[in-house]
Amino acid sequence: MAAPLQRRALWAEGLLLVAICLFCIFPFYWMVTTSLKTQVVALQSPPAWVFTPTLANYWEVLFEDKVGASLINSIIVAVCTTALAVILGTPAAYALARFEFRGKQDLWFWFITNRFVSPVVLAFPVFLISRELGLRDTHLALILMYLTFTLPIVIWICTDQFRSIPRELDEAALLEGASQWRIFRSICLPLAMPGVAVSSILSFIFSWNELLFAYILAPKAAKTAPAMAITFMEGYDVPYGKIMATSTLIVIPVLIFALIASKHLVRGLTMGAVK
Amino acid sequence: MTAHVRRKTIVAFLGPAVAALLLVGIAPLLYAVWKSLHNFNLTKQAQTKFVGLSNYAEVLTDLSFWQAMGRTATLFLISVPIQIALGLLIAIVLHRPGLTLFKTLTRLSLVLPMATTYAVVGLLAQVMLNQKYGVVNQMLGWIGIDPINFIGDPTNAFIAVIIWDIWQWTPFVALVLLAGLSTVPPEIEEAAQLETKSQWLVLRYVQLPFLIPSLVAVLILRTADTLKLFDMPFTMTRGGPGSATEFIAVLIERVGNRQFDIGLASAQAIIMLAITIFLARLYIRFFYREVN
Repeated sequence: MAAPLQRRALWAEGLLLVAICLFCIFPFYWMVTTSLKTQVVALQSPPAWVFTPTLANYWEVLFEDKVGASLINSIIVAVCTTALAVILGTPAAYALARFEFRGKQDLWFWFITNRFVSPVVLAFPVFLISRELGLRDTHLALILMYLTFTLPIVIWICTDQFRSIPRELDEAALLEGASQWRIFRSICLPLAMPGVAVSSILSFIFSWNELLFAYILAPKAAKTAPAMAITFMEGYDVPYGKIMATSTLIVIPVLIFALIASKHLVRGLTMGAVK
Repeated sequence: MTAHVRRKTIVAFLGPAVAALLLVGIAPLLYAVWKSLHNFNLTKQAQTKFVGLSNYAEVLTDLSFWQAMGRTATLFLISVPIQIALGLLIAIVLHRPGLTLFKTLTRLSLVLPMATTYAVVGLLAQVMLNQKYGVVNQMLGWIGIDPINFIGDPTNAFIAVIIWDIWQWTPFVALVLLAGLSTVPPEIEEAAQLETKSQWLVLRYVQLPFLIPSLVAVLILRTADTLKLFDMPFTMTRGGPGSATEFIAVLIERVGNRQFDIGLASAQAIIMLAITIFLARLYIRFFYREVN
């Protein structure tokens, strides 16, 4: 009696899972296939599902339309801001995990609130300041501004990680006469590497995806890939294949990193509120 | 041992990070407050003058500001409940035992939408929703619906933003709620399932109390992110047609970056920030009291 009913429930569940997967994946499928279409095929109505693929769009955007240069800008900015966030953030995380001091809770909350500040609040003052200092359209301006979200992520995730390291280890080292800095560098930081890796991946993803700061602060020389991609929408003859080729080039590295860190992505997006 | 750490050591460890965040987070904010007290337009810098709170008065009485706020609230009130309902359904299905491999694959595919570059989502939306060449209209044609002008019509463009917001963030809500479900002690859940066959009763009386922290996190983060929402509508519609999809962050960007009125844009941004912080505090107070 129960068996067929159960099997039907299992089928329903399976179908639901397939629907969820299709819903999530289909836009990607469409992005990649459109990037392999010539402009003529892309402008077929109704859209073609079967066609001869071509890599011409990739060739054109990479070597003729400066998307290659913008991807390099994106890499420079995302890697530098992530490195800086790790260098500045790991000692701070260690201090939050290990030391007791007045105002620790307030400092903690201040770090989270950065997650709530919209880039549009900071973009204009930073635009004016960077213009005064000659930093407009430089990688440095973006690298520094991206610290507003990469540094809190590194601090949050690494604090958790340092807390999970048994204190007996540092106590033993302290008895041996090691300084706090020595304990941090030689004992705790190597053990905290998983947290450092996860928070680095997350900072890289968030910096790579950022548009508003990039759009306002880096209009030409330091233009990043997302800001480059949206310039194709201007003009009359919208080149769908090229836009989707650029989009694919932007999204692929993020997806690889996101899948590697998939277990921790939620933790990063919720700033540790959900483990 | 923790008590014996000297002040100097603490400052050495925390100082650089705090200094960096003061420099990039607080200093521009203060500068924005200062600018918001001025009549400051990039194209008319010679006429810059201190005007006190008049920018704030202008924002608070400005219809377009409140309309953008209203649109942002409408988007939130429509898309977040749908995201929570669908996300809860997905989380419950993934939480059930069985079909393990299938569920792992589903969980991985859920990662895709939430990691996609937000600007790319807007571009993808343009391509897929195009009235003539778009695949969505082709599919609607299969079930006998005439092509819809998604991007060019005010109401449809708004609906398109809602749909893509749901596409991008339902997986996030699902994974957060799934993490919440896994905090329910398995003994309690099994005992409840022996008592009743109703999945609804188990959800309401056993699982829901454990889901409250996740739901609070979802509400706070979705509120903050909806107020921040810029990339996707900007790349999809530039806030148009007219101002149909001009959400609050898009409005502020237009005033500051396309009308060059940085004084007014700063005042708008500060008011928006105040609203964000107020809402976040409200949620924390309201919901956490319920839990305790």
